[in-house]
Amino acid sequence: MAVLVYIENWEGKFKKQSKELVTYAADTAAKLGTELVAVSIGNVDAAEIETLSAFGLSKVLTITGEAFAQFKAKTYANALHAAVQHCGAKVIVLGNTYNGKSMGPRIAAKLEASLVTGAISLPDTDNGFVVKKAVFSNKGFAFMDMQHEYKVLTLNVNAYHIEEKSGAVAVEDISDKVATAADVQVLNVEKQTGKIPLTEAELVVSAGRGLKGPENWGMIEELADLIGAGTACSKPVSDVGWRPHSEHVGQTGITISPNLYIAVGISGAIQHLAGVSSSKVICVINKDPEAPFFAAADYGIVGDAFEVVPKLIEAVKNIN
Amino acid sequence: MKVLVCISKTPDTTTKIAFSSDHASVNYDGVKFILNPYDEHALAKAMELKEKQGAELTVINVGTADSDQIIRKCFAVGADKGVRINTEPMSGTQVARLIANYAANQSFDVILTGRESIDYNGGMVGELLAEMLDMPSIGYCSKMEIEGNKATLTRFIDGGEETLEALLPLVVSAVKELGEPRIPNMRGIMQARTKPIEVLDENVEVHTVTKQYEAPVPKAACVYIDASEPEKLIEILHNEKKLF
Ligand SMILES: Cc1cc2nc3c(=O)[nH]c(=O)nc-3n(C[C@H](O)[C@H](O)[C@H](O)COP(=O)(O)OP(=O)(O)OC[C@H]3O[C@@H](n4cnc5c(N)ncnc54)[C@H](O)[C@@H]3O)c2cc1C
Ligand SMILES: Nc1ncnc2c1ncn2[C@@H]1O[C@H](COP(=O)(O)O)[C@@H](O)[C@H]1O
Repeated sequence: MAVLVYIENWEGKFKKQSKELVTYAADTAAKLGTELVAVSIGNVDAAEIETLSAFGLSKVLTITGEAFAQFKAKTYANALHAAVQHCGAKVIVLGNTYNGKSMGPRIAAKLEASLVTGAISLPDTDNGFVVKKAVFSNKGFAFMDMQHEYKVLTLNVNAYHIEEKSGAVAVEDISDKVATAADVQVLNVEKQTGKIPLTEAELVVSAGRGLKGPENWGMIEELADLIGAGTACSKPVSDVGWRPHSEHVGQTGITISPNLYIAVGISGAIQHLAGVSSSKVICVINKDPEAPFFAAADYGIVGDAFEVVPKLIEAVKNIN
Repeated sequence: MKVLVCISKTPDTTTKIAFSSDHASVNYDGVKFILNPYDEHALAKAMELKEKQGAELTVINVGTADSDQIIRKCFAVGADKGVRINTEPMSGTQVARLIANYAANQSFDVILTGRESIDYNGGMVGELLAEMLDMPSIGYCSKMEIEGNKATLTRFIDGGEETLEALLPLVVSAVKELGEPRIPNMRGIMQARTKPIEVLDENVEVHTVTKQYEAPVPKAACVYIDASEPEKLIEILHNEKKLF
């Protein structure tokens, strides 16, 4: 028995969520009175692996080589399976990212395990193994009891704190234990560089149709850059091509739970709120005092975005 | 070519969700149900394969008789066959296992799902199916072109997208960019009424059980800041909340 946590990397560097994941998995292992093992798949520097030493892991398993140079769901799930077998894990924790959401169900199917995606709490082990997650697109929460001896869960980004301890960690390469599989071929990867991916952002500045046109997004990007935020938008804005689809949040877009969500010129339709209402602090700037978004906001400014946002930018510059 | 689209029945996107007084179940009184929005996009792509490549299109649902309306909607849009596995869906793993058992000896070339159902937001059925059927999978797929037995696809990744190539058979889960939802036509609506739905009585063990629900904590009233002094907001976020 062990808890196994999968640490995802992007081009050799662990993702930002990694420390949240390891802390979560360490706390889960402590609750169960068992050891914590991490697995890294793909080619990651030794120095990067070393960053995991501060989390009380008993071991890091690595799986490297040409076959794992790019993410492929089936291949990666086989790799994860090899790690599960190697350390005898019964609980497997992944990040609720695009890749984590591909691998989690696959490993769960291999083990016929209980599966919960988008967990936001530590398992309650007093009565079974109960994990909390948002359902109905943030309109409620469910407590799911994972009754199978194998349990796979994916943890939401920004849902758990980070706690570093001290220590060293042993590394073991198990690449030769992975069965190969016929899989997809990756032809091309296009990724925005130098910007915080929305799915990982702790702070988000978002704008809607109230901005009138794509030419007015300069101030949104400037504010976001100044505070180190990602940018997002409402559905109609990405539908008409003012902003890329990867920025669309809501019921039919991305669901995010950043520490701060600033919404500019967005009315706050129920489908939009579905994707952002679990943000920790919500600020709304809208010229219509009746805009429904104010009911979901912590802070509100009733005013014209074209006057308010430049003043916000000035104010941020003054504190820096 | 044989295409399978997995469809689920979900509350309308504008529905307010309420729970029973003991919080042990969802109160569905007065709730309007729809075909899960993402499944509409999956269905649209499947229709394109039917029109361009003469694919035979089957839709499948795990659900009780209440689901017949969404299967009929798919008929009205153009689905050839409709299958319902007559079981209350309790978990994504159960749904996937039932569909995998059905699909195992049917040699589907493409299996489409939505990226998630908007009730339990599992986002798991597609990948579970792929593993159960030992097929490659493309999650969060926004584009797909098929030529012969080869598909070229685009999927979302964090902060971007990726283009891939895969051999059929494969499992694809749709985001809204995959296909523009179809509006049923008159002929389809007429046919949909009489087309038979194949109903199968099957079930498998469920081992992930929802014990309890909780409503979101209502937000405290919004604190308004005067539009003439927006810098006050920055002060609060920076000094008090220490967000940046
Ligand atoms: C099935 C379904 C799924 C959907 N999914 C999503 C989804 O995932 N995400 C999503 O966002 N929407 C979604 N929608 C659409 C949603 O219902 C709304 O139509 C949409 O969110 C509105 O976008 P908006 O607020 O940018 O635009 P609008 O509703 O047009 O609102 C613009 C706002 O800007 C304000 N404004 C105008 N000028 C200014 C100014 N100068 N300064 C300040 N404020 C100004 C206005 O007062 C108004 O409140 C969905 C709809 C359906 C039916
Ligand atoms: N009860 C069901 N019957 C058939 N297909 C389903 C069912 N539930 C979910 N699906 C399919 O799986 C996708 C993802 O659902 P989920 O994993 O439940 O979020 C949906 O978009 C559907 O395509």
